Amino acid sequence: MSEKDNFEPVIVGFLCNWCSYRAADLAGTSRIKMPPNVRDIRVMCTGRLDPVFVLKALREGADGVLVMGCHPGQCHYVEGNYKTMRRMALLKRTLRQFGLEDERVRLEWASAAEGPKFAATVTQMTETIRELGPLNWKQLLGGNGHFRPVLEPELEEVAA
Amino acid sequence: MSDLEVSLSGKPKIALYWASSCGGCEIAVLGIHEKILDVANAFDIVLWPCVLDGKVADVEALKDGELLFTLFNGAIRNDENYEMAQLLRRKSQLLVAFGSCAHEGCIPGLANFSNRRQMFDWIYHNAPTTHNPDGVEPAAGGWEFPEGRVHIPAYWDTVKTLDQVVDVDYYLPGCPPEADRIWDALTAIMEGKLPPQGSVIGAHVTVCDECLRSKHEKKITKFYRPHQIIPEPDLCLLEQGILCAGIATRSGCGALCPQVNMPCRGCYGPNQGVVDQGARFLSGVASVIDSQDPEEIEAILDTIPDPAGTFYRFSLPHSLLHRVAWGAHPGESILSGNGQEA
Ligand code: SF4
Ligand code: SF4
Ligand code: SF4
Ligand code: FES
Repeated sequence: MSEKDNFEPVIVGFLCNWCSYRAADLAGTSRIKMPPNVRDIRVMCTGRLDPVFVLKALREGADGVLVMGCHPGQCHYVEGNYKTMRRMALLKRTLRQFGLEDERVRLEWASAAEGPKFAATVTQMTETIRELGPLNWKQLLGGNGHFRPVLEPELEEVAA
Repeated sequence: MSDLEVSLSGKPKIALYWASSCGGCEIAVLGIHEKILDVANAFDIVLWPCVLDGKVADVEALKDGELLFTLFNGAIRNDENYEMAQLLRRKSQLLVAFGSCAHEGCIPGLANFSNRRQMFDWIYHNAPTTHNPDGVEPAAGGWEFPEGRVHIPAYWDTVKTLDQVVDVDYYLPGCPPEADRIWDALTAIMEGKLPPQGSVIGAHVTVCDECLRSKHEKKITKFYRPHQIIPEPDLCLLEQGILCAGIATRSGCGALCPQVNMPCRGCYGPNQGVVDQGARFLSGVASVIDSQDPEEIEAILDTIPDPAGTFYRFSLPHSLLHRVAWGAHPGESILSGNGQEA
Protein backbone atom coordinates (compact mmCIF):
# COMPACT_ATOMS: atom_id res chain seq x y z
CA MET A 1 0.00 0.00 0.00
CA SER A 2 1.33 3.39 -0.89
CA GLU A 3 1.25 6.41 1.36
CA LYS A 4 -1.66 7.71 -0.66
CA ASP A 5 -3.87 4.70 0.15
CA ASN A 6 -3.69 5.32 3.88
CA PHE A 7 -3.93 9.03 3.52
CA GLU A 8 -6.64 10.90 5.43
CA PRO A 9 -6.46 14.56 4.40
CA VAL A 10 -6.32 17.19 7.11
CA ILE A 11 -8.26 20.24 5.99
CA VAL A 12 -8.54 23.37 8.11
CA GLY A 13 -11.87 25.14 7.60
CA PHE A 14 -12.35 28.80 8.45
CA LEU A 15 -16.08 29.48 8.70
CA CYS A 16 -17.73 32.81 9.34
CA ASN A 17 -19.94 32.96 12.38
CA TRP A 18 -23.05 34.30 10.68
CA CYS A 19 -23.50 32.10 7.64
CA SER A 20 -21.19 29.20 7.00
CA TYR A 21 -20.67 28.10 10.60
CA ARG A 22 -24.46 27.93 10.86
CA ALA A 23 -24.58 26.01 7.61
CA ALA A 24 -22.15 23.54 9.20
CA ASP A 25 -24.41 23.33 12.26
CA LEU A 26 -27.41 22.74 10.08
CA ALA A 27 -25.61 20.02 8.16
CA GLY A 28 -24.86 18.37 11.52
CA THR A 29 -28.35 18.66 13.03
CA SER A 30 -29.85 17.45 9.74
CA ARG A 31 -27.56 14.42 10.01
CA ILE A 32 -26.16 14.81 6.52
CA LYS A 33 -23.28 12.39 5.99
CA MET A 34 -19.90 13.93 5.25
CA PRO A 35 -16.27 13.00 5.84
CA PRO A 36 -14.72 14.14 9.13
CA ASN A 37 -11.61 15.62 7.51
CA VAL A 38 -12.35 19.32 7.88
CA ARG A 39 -11.34 20.89 11.22
CA ASP A 40 -13.61 23.88 11.57
CA ILE A 41 -12.44 27.14 13.06
CA ARG A 42 -15.02 29.86 13.56
CA VAL A 43 -14.12 33.43 12.67
CA MET A 44 -16.55 36.31 13.12
CA CYS A 45 -16.29 37.15 9.42
CA THR A 46 -14.13 35.85 6.60
CA GLY A 47 -12.84 39.44 6.48
CA ARG A 48 -11.03 38.57 9.73
CA LEU A 49 -9.09 35.90 7.90
CA ASP A 50 -5.53 37.13 7.68
CA PRO A 51 -3.78 35.28 4.81
CA VAL A 52 -1.19 34.36 7.41
CA PHE A 53 -3.72 31.95 8.98
CA VAL A 54 -3.83 30.03 5.72
CA LEU A 55 -0.03 29.93 5.42
CA LYS A 56 0.31 28.83 9.02
CA ALA A 57 -2.18 26.01 8.57
CA LEU A 58 -0.35 24.76 5.47
CA ARG A 59 3.03 25.03 7.10
CA GLU A 60 1.94 23.26 10.26
CA GLY A 61 0.61 20.22 8.48
CA ALA A 62 -2.74 20.94 6.81
CA ASP A 63 -3.18 19.38 3.37
CA GLY A 64 -5.75 21.98 2.39
CA VAL A 65 -7.60 25.04 3.65
CA LEU A 66 -11.31 25.69 3.12
CA VAL A 67 -12.65 29.19 3.70
CA MET A 68 -16.41 29.69 3.76
CA GLY A 69 -18.45 32.81 4.33
CA CYS A 70 -21.68 34.60 3.52
CA HIS A 71 -22.65 35.03 -0.11
CA PRO A 72 -21.40 38.26 -1.71
CA GLY A 73 -23.69 41.10 -0.70
CA GLN A 74 -24.77 39.27 2.47
CA CYS A 75 -21.78 39.70 4.77
CA HIS A 76 -22.91 40.90 8.18
CA TYR A 77 -20.11 43.41 8.14
CA VAL A 78 -21.13 44.56 4.65
CA GLU A 79 -17.92 43.97 2.74
CA GLY A 80 -15.71 41.64 4.74
CA ASN A 81 -16.25 38.85 2.24
CA TYR A 82 -15.37 41.10 -0.72
CA LYS A 83 -12.02 41.76 0.93
CA THR A 84 -11.61 38.02 1.36
CA MET A 85 -12.55 37.42 -2.27
CA ARG A 86 -9.68 39.69 -3.31
CA ARG A 87 -7.20 38.41 -0.73
CA MET A 88 -7.83 34.78 -1.58
CA ALA A 89 -7.48 35.49 -5.31
CA LEU A 90 -4.09 37.11 -4.75
CA LEU A 91 -3.04 34.50 -2.19
CA LYS A 92 -3.83 31.71 -4.65
CA ARG A 93 -1.68 33.32 -7.31
CA THR A 94 1.13 33.61 -4.80
CA LEU A 95 0.77 30.03 -3.60
CA ARG A 96 0.87 28.81 -7.19
CA GLN A 97 4.38 30.27 -7.38
CA PHE A 98 5.25 28.31 -4.24
CA GLY A 99 4.27 25.17 -6.13
CA LEU A 100 0.95 24.52 -4.37
CA GLU A 101 -1.90 23.09 -6.40
CA ASP A 102 -4.83 25.52 -6.71
CA GLU A 103 -7.28 23.01 -5.26
CA ARG A 104 -5.56 23.03 -1.86
CA VAL A 105 -6.98 26.40 -0.94
CA ARG A 106 -10.65 26.99 -1.62
CA LEU A 107 -13.12 29.80 -1.02
CA GLU A 108 -16.85 29.04 -1.02
CA TRP A 109 -20.02 30.78 0.08
CA ALA A 110 -22.79 29.12 2.11
CA SER A 111 -25.70 30.83 3.84
CA ALA A 112 -27.08 29.64 7.18
CA ALA A 113 -29.73 27.68 5.28
CA GLU A 114 -27.28 25.82 3.04
CA GLY A 115 -26.41 22.81 5.18
CA PRO A 116 -26.44 20.48 2.15
CA LYS A 117 -24.12 22.78 0.22
CA PHE A 118 -21.71 22.81 3.16
CA ALA A 119 -21.71 19.00 3.34
CA ALA A 120 -21.26 18.69 -0.42
CA THR A 121 -18.33 21.13 -0.41
CA VAL A 122 -16.63 19.29 2.43
CA THR A 123 -17.13 15.94 0.70
CA GLN A 124 -15.87 17.19 -2.61
CA MET A 125 -12.85 18.97 -1.21
CA THR A 126 -11.86 15.94 0.88
CA GLU A 127 -11.91 13.77 -2.23
CA THR A 128 -9.94 16.32 -4.25
CA ILE A 129 -7.22 16.55 -1.60
CA ARG A 130 -7.17 12.78 -1.20
CA GLU A 131 -6.39 12.59 -4.92
CA LEU A 132 -3.65 15.19 -4.65
CA GLY A 133 -2.01 13.41 -1.74
CA PRO A 134 -0.33 14.82 1.37
CA LEU A 135 1.27 18.26 1.31
CA ASN A 136 3.92 17.58 3.98
CA TRP A 137 5.30 21.10 4.11
CA LYS A 138 7.15 20.45 7.36
CA GLN A 139 8.94 17.51 5.85
CA LEU A 140 9.94 19.70 2.92
CA LEU A 141 11.64 22.06 5.34
CA GLY A 142 13.43 19.17 7.00
CA GLY A 143 12.17 17.99 10.37
CA ASN A 144 11.95 21.00 12.61
CA GLY A 145 11.45 23.07 9.53
CA HIS A 146 14.53 25.15 9.85
CA PHE A 147 17.71 23.54 10.89
CA ARG A 148 19.05 21.14 8.31
CA PRO A 149 19.93 22.22 4.82
CA VAL A 150 17.87 20.42 2.19
CA LEU A 151 20.49 18.74 0.04
CA GLU A 152 20.17 16.67 -3.04
CA PRO A 153 21.41 13.12 -2.40
CA GLU A 154 23.86 13.39 -5.27
CA LEU A 155 25.60 16.31 -3.61
CA GLU A 156 25.73 14.62 -0.25
CA GLU A 157 27.91 11.85 -1.63
CA VAL A 158 30.38 14.21 -3.20
CA ALA A 159 30.65 16.18 0.02
CA ALA A 160 31.29 13.11 2.16
CA MET B 1 25.56 45.76 31.04
CA SER B 2 27.37 44.16 33.96
CA ASP B 3 27.05 40.66 32.49
CA LEU B 4 28.78 41.95 29.38
CA GLU B 5 31.73 43.48 31.21
CA VAL B 6 34.87 42.51 29.39
CA SER B 7 37.29 40.58 31.51
CA LEU B 8 40.20 41.15 29.19
CA SER B 9 43.14 43.41 29.43
CA GLY B 10 43.19 45.95 26.66
CA LYS B 11 40.52 46.64 24.12
CA PRO B 12 37.60 44.26 23.66
CA LYS B 13 37.83 42.23 20.48
CA ILE B 14 35.18 42.26 17.79
CA ALA B 15 34.63 40.73 14.35
CA LEU B 16 32.67 41.53 11.22
CA TYR B 17 31.91 38.77 8.78
CA TRP B 18 30.19 38.17 5.46
CA ALA B 19 28.53 34.89 4.58
CA SER B 20 26.31 34.75 1.49
CA SER B 21 26.41 38.49 0.98
CA CYS B 22 26.93 41.10 -1.72
CA GLY B 23 29.55 42.95 0.32
CA GLY B 24 27.32 46.00 0.64
CA CYS B 25 26.83 45.47 4.35
CA GLU B 26 30.56 45.43 5.05
CA ILE B 27 30.94 48.69 3.16
CA ALA B 28 27.85 50.16 4.85
CA VAL B 29 29.75 50.12 8.15
CA LEU B 30 32.04 52.74 6.64
CA GLY B 31 28.95 54.90 6.17
CA ILE B 32 29.43 56.06 9.75
CA HIS B 33 32.36 58.05 8.30
CA GLU B 34 34.95 59.38 10.76
CA LYS B 35 33.16 57.69 13.66
CA ILE B 36 34.78 54.49 12.42
CA LEU B 37 37.88 55.85 14.18
CA ASP B 38 35.98 55.80 17.48
CA VAL B 39 35.15 52.19 16.76
CA ALA B 40 38.80 51.41 16.01
CA ASN B 41 39.79 53.18 19.24
CA ALA B 42 37.29 51.29 21.33
CA PHE B 43 37.75 47.82 19.85
CA ASP B 44 40.34 45.49 18.47
CA ILE B 45 38.96 44.24 15.13
CA VAL B 46 40.03 40.62 14.69
CA LEU B 47 38.24 39.85 11.44
CA TRP B 48 36.68 42.07 8.76
CA PRO B 49 37.33 40.32 5.43
CA CYS B 50 36.34 43.22 3.20
CA VAL B 51 38.56 45.78 4.93
CA LEU B 52 41.27 44.16 7.08
CA ASP B 53 43.62 41.23 6.73
CA GLY B 54 42.36 39.09 9.59
CA LYS B 55 42.34 35.31 9.22
CA VAL B 56 39.83 32.69 10.28
CA ALA B 57 42.67 31.00 12.19
CA ASP B 58 42.92 34.16 14.34
CA VAL B 59 39.31 33.65 15.33
CA GLU B 60 39.76 29.92 15.90
CA ALA B 61 42.64 30.70 18.28
CA LEU B 62 40.41 32.82 20.52
CA LYS B 63 38.79 31.54 23.69
CA ASP B 64 35.03 30.95 23.49
CA GLY B 65 33.22 34.22 24.13
CA GLU B 66 36.39 36.24 23.71
CA LEU B 67 34.82 38.43 21.02
CA LEU B 68 32.59 41.05 22.60
CA PHE B 69 30.43 41.04 19.49
CA THR B 70 30.28 40.02 15.86
CA LEU B 71 28.38 41.89 13.18
CA PHE B 72 27.41 39.04 10.86
CA ASN B 73 26.05 39.87 7.43
CA GLY B 74 24.97 37.52 4.67
CA ALA B 75 22.63 34.57 4.47
CA ILE B 76 23.53 30.92 5.05
CA ARG B 77 23.55 28.93 1.84
CA ASN B 78 26.56 26.62 1.99
CA ASP B 79 28.61 24.62 4.46
CA GLU B 80 31.21 27.34 4.84
CA ASN B 81 28.62 29.99 5.75
CA TYR B 82 27.23 27.53 8.26
CA GLU B 83 30.59 26.67 9.83
CA MET B 84 31.54 30.34 10.12
CA ALA B 85 28.19 31.11 11.75
CA GLN B 86 28.84 28.39 14.31
CA LEU B 87 32.43 29.48 14.91
CA LEU B 88 31.56 33.15 15.36
CA ARG B 89 28.59 32.27 17.55
CA ARG B 90 30.89 30.30 19.82
CA LYS B 91 33.52 33.01 20.02
CA SER B 92 31.13 35.96 20.47
CA GLN B 93 29.27 37.20 23.52
CA LEU B 94 26.85 39.01 21.25
CA LEU B 95 25.99 37.92 17.74
CA VAL B 96 24.27 40.58 15.65
CA ALA B 97 22.43 39.61 12.46
CA PHE B 98 23.56 42.57 10.41
CA GLY B 99 21.54 43.50 7.36
CA SER B 100 18.66 41.93 5.53
CA CYS B 101 20.56 38.84 4.31
CA ALA B 102 21.39 37.65 7.81
CA HIS B 103 18.07 38.89 9.22
CA GLU B 104 15.55 37.77 6.57
CA GLY B 105 17.45 36.06 3.75
CA CYS B 106 17.12 39.04 1.40
CA ILE B 107 17.96 38.80 -2.31
CA PRO B 108 20.14 35.65 -1.98
CA GLY B 109 17.09 34.11 -0.30
CA LEU B 110 15.11 34.41 -3.52
CA ALA B 111 17.06 31.28 -4.50
CA ASN B 112 14.46 29.48 -2.39
CA PHE B 113 12.14 29.87 -5.37
CA SER B 114 14.35 27.23 -6.99
CA ASN B 115 16.86 24.68 -5.75
CA ARG B 116 20.54 23.88 -6.13
CA ARG B 117 20.16 22.07 -9.44
CA GLN B 118 18.13 24.89 -10.96
CA MET B 119 20.59 27.46 -9.66
CA PHE B 120 23.57 25.59 -11.10
CA ASP B 121 21.83 25.05 -14.45
CA TRP B 122 21.30 28.77 -14.76
CA ILE B 123 24.57 30.05 -13.35
CA TYR B 124 26.98 27.53 -14.93
CA HIS B 125 25.14 26.57 -18.13
CA ASN B 126 22.15 28.55 -19.32
CA ALA B 127 22.59 32.20 -18.41
CA PRO B 128 23.25 34.24 -21.57
CA THR B 129 26.43 35.64 -20.05
CA THR B 130 27.83 32.22 -19.14
CA HIS B 131 30.70 30.84 -21.21
CA ASN B 132 31.45 27.37 -19.90
CA PRO B 133 32.07 24.99 -22.83
CA ASP B 134 33.37 22.20 -20.56
CA GLY B 135 30.27 22.39 -18.37
CA VAL B 136 32.33 22.79 -15.20
CA GLU B 137 30.44 23.02 -11.92
CA PRO B 138 31.74 23.44 -8.38
CA ALA B 139 32.10 20.00 -6.81
CA ALA B 140 31.98 20.02 -3.06
CA GLY B 141 34.87 18.43 -1.21
CA GLY B 142 38.61 18.69 -0.70
CA TRP B 143 40.79 18.78 -3.81
CA GLU B 144 44.55 18.62 -4.22
CA PHE B 145 46.21 20.92 -6.72
CA PRO B 146 49.91 21.59 -7.33
CA GLU B 147 49.37 24.95 -5.60
CA GLY B 148 47.81 23.36 -2.54
CA ARG B 149 44.60 21.98 -1.14
CA VAL B 150 41.29 23.60 -2.03
CA HIS B 151 38.11 23.05 -0.11
CA ILE B 152 34.86 23.74 -1.94
CA PRO B 153 31.92 23.93 0.44
CA ALA B 154 28.67 22.11 -0.34
CA TYR B 155 26.03 24.37 -1.76
CA TRP B 156 22.59 24.04 -0.17
CA ASP B 157 19.22 23.72 -1.80
CA THR B 158 17.71 26.08 0.71
CA VAL B 159 18.95 29.45 1.90
CA LYS B 160 18.64 30.01 5.66
CA THR B 161 18.76 33.10 7.79
CA LEU B 162 21.39 33.41 10.52
CA ASP B 163 18.89 32.76 13.32
CA GLN B 164 17.76 29.58 11.61
CA VAL B 165 21.18 28.05 12.19
CA VAL B 166 22.51 29.66 15.40
CA ASP B 167 21.14 31.82 18.25
CA VAL B 168 21.14 35.52 17.46
CA ASP B 169 21.19 38.30 20.07
CA TYR B 170 20.25 41.36 18.00
CA TYR B 171 19.02 42.19 14.55
CA LEU B 172 20.04 45.21 12.54
CA PRO B 173 17.77 45.17 9.50
CA GLY B 174 18.12 46.86 6.12
CA CYS B 175 19.75 46.25 2.78
CA PRO B 176 22.12 47.56 3.91
CA PRO B 177 21.40 49.01 7.38
CA GLU B 178 21.33 52.78 7.51
CA ALA B 179 24.48 54.38 8.93
CA ASP B 180 22.51 56.09 11.72
CA ARG B 181 21.08 52.78 12.89
CA ILE B 182 24.54 51.17 12.74
CA TRP B 183 25.83 53.96 14.93
CA ASP B 184 22.85 53.54 17.29
CA ALA B 185 23.78 49.89 17.67
CA LEU B 186 27.49 50.54 18.17
CA THR B 187 26.90 53.28 20.75
CA ALA B 188 24.39 51.07 22.55
CA ILE B 189 27.11 48.45 22.87
CA MET B 190 29.88 50.92 23.76
CA GLU B 191 27.74 52.66 26.38
CA GLY B 192 26.23 49.43 27.64
CA LYS B 193 22.67 50.58 26.90
CA LEU B 194 21.53 47.51 25.05
CA PRO B 195 17.83 46.87 24.41
CA PRO B 196 16.35 43.54 25.55
CA GLN B 197 17.98 40.54 23.93
CA GLY B 198 16.34 39.51 20.66
CA SER B 199 15.44 43.11 19.78
CA VAL B 200 15.37 44.38 16.26
CA ILE B 201 17.26 47.67 16.17
CA GLY B 202 14.97 49.89 14.10
CA ALA B 203 11.70 51.76 14.50
CA HIS B 204 8.53 50.21 15.89
CA VAL B 205 6.36 51.83 13.25
CA THR B 206 5.98 51.07 9.54
CA VAL B 207 7.62 52.91 6.68
CA CYS B 208 4.19 54.44 5.94
CA ASP B 209 4.21 56.05 9.37
CA GLU B 210 7.40 57.90 8.52
CA CYS B 211 6.53 58.58 4.89
CA LEU B 212 5.64 62.19 4.16
CA ARG B 213 3.43 61.50 1.14
CA SER B 214 -0.24 62.35 1.63
CA LYS B 215 -2.54 59.41 2.24
CA HIS B 216 -6.23 59.01 1.49
CA GLU B 217 -8.58 56.10 1.01
CA LYS B 218 -7.00 53.78 -1.54
CA LYS B 219 -9.00 52.44 -4.50
CA ILE B 220 -6.86 50.66 -7.06
CA THR B 221 -8.00 49.50 -10.49
CA LYS B 222 -4.59 48.86 -12.06
CA PHE B 223 -1.10 48.26 -10.74
CA TYR B 224 1.99 49.82 -12.28
CA ARG B 225 5.63 48.89 -12.13
CA PRO B 226 7.87 51.85 -11.36
CA HIS B 227 8.99 52.27 -14.97
CA GLN B 228 5.43 52.35 -16.27
CA ILE B 229 4.29 55.52 -14.55
CA ILE B 230 5.56 58.96 -13.53
CA PRO B 231 4.12 59.27 -10.04
CA GLU B 232 2.53 62.38 -8.57
CA PRO B 233 5.20 63.89 -6.35
CA ASP B 234 3.40 64.11 -3.01
CA LEU B 235 0.76 61.42 -3.14
CA CYS B 236 1.11 57.95 -1.61
CA LEU B 237 2.60 55.64 -4.24
CA LEU B 238 0.34 52.71 -3.40
CA GLU B 239 -2.63 55.00 -3.93
CA GLN B 240 -1.30 55.52 -7.45
CA GLY B 241 -1.16 51.78 -8.08
CA ILE B 242 2.55 51.29 -7.43
CA LEU B 243 3.25 48.29 -5.21
CA CYS B 244 4.81 49.90 -2.17
CA ALA B 245 5.85 47.63 0.70
CA GLY B 246 5.77 50.50 3.20
CA ILE B 247 2.51 49.11 4.59
CA ALA B 248 4.22 45.92 5.74
CA THR B 249 7.76 47.10 6.49
CA ARG B 250 9.49 48.24 9.65
CA SER B 251 10.83 51.73 9.45
CA GLY B 252 14.30 52.65 10.52
CA CYS B 253 15.43 54.06 7.22
CA GLY B 254 13.27 57.18 7.52
CA ALA B 255 11.15 56.16 4.50
CA LEU B 256 14.02 56.78 2.11
CA CYS B 257 12.73 55.21 -1.11
CA PRO B 258 9.32 56.92 -1.34
CA GLN B 259 11.15 60.23 -0.90
CA VAL B 260 12.73 59.70 -4.30
CA ASN B 261 9.65 58.35 -6.09
CA MET B 262 10.59 54.71 -5.63
CA PRO B 263 8.27 52.36 -3.77
CA CYS B 264 9.56 50.77 -0.60
CA ARG B 265 10.76 47.25 -1.47
CA GLY B 266 10.57 46.01 2.09
CA CYS B 267 14.26 45.73 2.97
CA TYR B 268 13.79 46.41 6.69
CA GLY B 269 11.66 43.29 7.05
CA PRO B 270 8.24 42.96 8.66
CA ASN B 271 7.10 45.61 11.09
CA GLN B 272 6.87 44.91 14.79
CA GLY B 273 4.58 41.99 15.61
CA VAL B 274 4.20 40.75 12.04
CA VAL B 275 5.22 37.14 11.39
CA ASP B 276 5.14 37.03 7.63
CA GLN B 277 5.91 40.22 5.73
CA GLY B 278 4.71 38.85 2.39
CA ALA B 279 1.31 37.85 3.75
CA ARG B 280 0.89 41.27 5.35
CA PHE B 281 1.86 43.06 2.14
CA LEU B 282 -0.38 40.81 0.06
CA SER B 283 -3.31 41.31 2.39
CA GLY B 284 -3.01 45.10 2.32
CA VAL B 285 -2.65 45.23 -1.45
CA ALA B 286 -5.64 42.96 -2.06
CA SER B 287 -7.89 44.91 0.26
CA VAL B 288 -7.46 48.21 -1.62
CA ILE B 289 -8.44 46.75 -5.00
CA ASP B 290 -11.56 48.59 -6.11
CA SER B 291 -13.78 45.81 -7.37
CA GLN B 292 -16.36 43.33 -6.13
CA ASP B 293 -16.47 41.27 -9.28
CA PRO B 294 -14.34 38.11 -9.40
CA GLU B 295 -13.47 38.46 -13.08
CA GLU B 296 -12.57 42.10 -12.80
CA ILE B 297 -10.47 41.31 -9.72
CA GLU B 298 -8.54 38.70 -11.70
CA ALA B 299 -7.97 41.22 -14.49
CA ILE B 300 -6.60 43.76 -12.02
CA LEU B 301 -4.37 41.10 -10.44
CA ASP B 302 -2.99 40.32 -13.89
CA THR B 303 -1.19 43.67 -13.64
CA ILE B 304 1.00 42.21 -10.84
CA PRO B 305 3.57 40.16 -12.80
CA ASP B 306 5.35 38.35 -9.95
CA PRO B 307 3.30 38.39 -6.76
CA ALA B 308 5.43 35.98 -4.71
CA GLY B 309 8.69 37.64 -5.73
CA THR B 310 7.25 41.06 -4.97
CA PHE B 311 5.74 40.26 -1.60
CA TYR B 312 8.68 38.14 -0.42
CA ARG B 313 11.48 40.04 -2.11
CA PHE B 314 13.50 40.34 1.09
CA SER B 315 11.95 37.82 3.44
CA LEU B 316 11.43 34.50 1.69
CA PRO B 317 13.72 32.34 3.90
CA HIS B 318 12.19 33.89 7.02
CA SER B 319 8.61 33.51 5.79
CA LEU B 320 6.22 30.84 7.01
CA LEU B 321 6.60 28.73 3.88
CA HIS B 322 10.36 29.35 3.66
CA ARG B 323 10.84 27.93 0.16
CA VAL B 324 8.88 26.56 -2.80
CA ALA B 325 7.61 22.99 -2.91
CA TRP B 326 10.17 20.51 -4.09
CA GLY B 327 8.44 19.70 -7.36
CA ALA B 328 7.60 23.33 -8.16
CA HIS B 329 8.17 24.74 -11.63
CA PRO B 330 8.30 21.51 -13.62
CA GLY B 331 10.10 21.67 -16.92
CA GLU B 332 13.11 23.05 -15.18
CA SER B 333 15.36 20.23 -14.12
CA ILE B 334 14.61 18.90 -10.69
CA LEU B 335 15.78 15.63 -9.25
CA SER B 336 12.98 13.44 -8.00
CA GLY B 337 12.46 13.48 -4.30
CA ASN B 338 10.59 15.43 -1.71
CA GLY B 339 13.29 17.40 0.03
CA GLN B 340 15.34 14.78 1.80
CA GLU B 341 17.46 15.98 4.63
CA ALA B 342 21.21 15.94 4.46
S1 SF4 C 1 21.63 42.98 3.17
FE1 SF4 C 1 21.79 43.94 1.14
S2 SF4 C 1 23.69 45.15 1.29
FE2 SF4 C 1 23.75 43.64 2.95
S3 SF4 C 1 24.84 41.87 2.11
FE3 SF4 C 1 22.65 41.52 1.81
S4 SF4 C 1 22.24 42.24 -0.27
FE4 SF4 C 1 24.20 43.14 0.37
S1 SF4 D 1 2.43 52.97 0.85
FE1 SF4 D 1 4.48 53.76 0.34
S2 SF4 D 1 4.12 55.76 -0.54
FE2 SF4 D 1 2.23 55.19 0.52
S3 SF4 D 1 2.45 56.08 2.57
FE3 SF4 D 1 3.24 53.98 2.68
S4 SF4 D 1 5.45 54.18 2.30
FE4 SF4 D 1 4.49 56.11 1.62
S1 SF4 E 1 11.95 52.61 2.09
FE1 SF4 E 1 11.77 50.38 2.25
S2 SF4 E 1 13.16 49.53 0.70
FE2 SF4 E 1 13.69 51.72 0.98
S3 SF4 E 1 15.35 51.68 2.53
FE3 SF4 E 1 13.42 51.95 3.63
S4 SF4 E 1 12.76 49.88 4.20
FE4 SF4 E 1 14.32 49.68 2.60
S1 FES F 1 -19.97 37.78 8.26
FE1 FES F 1 -19.97 36.06 6.90
S2 FES F 1 -18.41 36.66 5.52
FE2 FES F 1 -18.58 38.49 6.72
